[in-house]
Amino acid sequence: MADPVPYARDDATAQPPTKFADFKASAVRAPSHPLIRAPHTLTEITGPSGDDIWEKLVGPAVSDLTRQHNGEALGERIIISGQVLDENDRPVPNTMIEILQANAGGRYVHEYDQHDSPRDPNFTGAGRVITDSDGRYRFITIRPGAYPWYNARNAWRPSHIHYSLLGVGFAQRLITQMYFPGDPLFPLDAIANAVPEAARQRLVARFDLETTEPFWALSYRFDFVLRGREATPMEH
Amino acid sequence: MAGQTPWQTTGPFLHFGLPWNGAADLTGDSDLGARPDLIAPGHDYAVLRAKAGREGTLGQRIELVGRVWDNRNAPVIDSLIEIWQANAAGRYAHPEDSRNDVALDPAFIGFGRCASDKEGAFRFRTIRPGRVPGPGNTLQAPHIALGIMGPGFLKRLATRVYFSDARENAEDPILGLVPEERRATLIAAKEPGANNVYRFDIHLGGARETVFFDI
Repeated sequence: MADPVPYARDDATAQPPTKFADFKASAVRAPSHPLIRAPHTLTEITGPSGDDIWEKLVGPAVSDLTRQHNGEALGERIIISGQVLDENDRPVPNTMIEILQANAGGRYVHEYDQHDSPRDPNFTGAGRVITDSDGRYRFITIRPGAYPWYNARNAWRPSHIHYSLLGVGFAQRLITQMYFPGDPLFPLDAIANAVPEAARQRLVARFDLETTEPFWALSYRFDFVLRGREATPMEH
Repeated sequence: MAGQTPWQTTGPFLHFGLPWNGAADLTGDSDLGARPDLIAPGHDYAVLRAKAGREGTLGQRIELVGRVWDNRNAPVIDSLIEIWQANAAGRYAHPEDSRNDVALDPAFIGFGRCASDKEGAFRFRTIRPGRVPGPGNTLQAPHIALGIMGPGFLKRLATRVYFSDARENAEDPILGLVPEERRATLIAAKEPGANNVYRFDIHLGGARETVFFDI
């Protein structure tokens, strides 16, 4: 069997280091040895695959986070949509995007979140959507609130949504956070600032009047770019 | 050319969204993996009640257990560990693994996820993978790809799990890239007195720092 076409590596001009002084928690969780470069074998270029794979693996998609409970979630309803592409501008179809976020008051349903802000029994803040044949996705949620954290004196996380994408192969994995345009907390955020400045704005969604639903919800667009292949793979 | 989306940390509250019922059991036999104990008390929690419901996975059942330690040797109680592996025959259920002479197992996907607990411990149930091709005309020893992420991790760290009782380790092309004195950090040891339980501790630093790969 011919060696597989490898994926591109981490782009050092876009990706954070493993340790970043202003993000205090990274001090004890970063290895000291340099990473050992390994070739991409079948192990690295493969991952869960197939038409019904996500349903089989984790269950049905959850694309409206405001209607997972008997009542309606509190807060500003928003629509988020976009496309998953690779670095070669190829859409990534049938890939799962997992979504996690705090509620409108900036509190998670996690037991350990003790922020002095109400929980919303009608909002869990977890969902998952699958990209279509063009790599596009869309979901409905509540705009999450900012919340304080212990990283530094009076530090607050900007409003953000966590995303997890498995991609097509093990090497294409991405976990990231999306921020909202114009947030005064964004330039102060130690986690966002761990990303090289030239790529930092890639984490900020764009307000998009076009996909807004009149008299119902404002919209944001956010595209993901996963690693691309180093050369065009053979068509199967 | 579009630029890569940067990685960001998972944050500390990943447990209500990422592990699901059965996430840590690749055989499909149980609900191992979900963490309802970490959901706010009283919250009606529906989103992760999906059970994979697979049965009849082929191959030798094993458990992969371990603990995660930070670089000051304190347990890492909130990390997320993901694994990806071939089936018992050594085939990935993926179109780019086109070796039709190696059987697929319709009951086996090969992906799992487990969050470390208050002791920093994790536990997967899976099957022992078969061998898959490596670079050139090599064959790899049985192995499981493993990624670890969580709060304090700005991005995933990737490593591999090999098995202490696999003679093929000696000829594995990826293990061969690792300085000999550090290879042991990638080898899961068979637990004495237990049936097919392999221990793989992950050290983020210190004298026994696990080898992590740039993949």
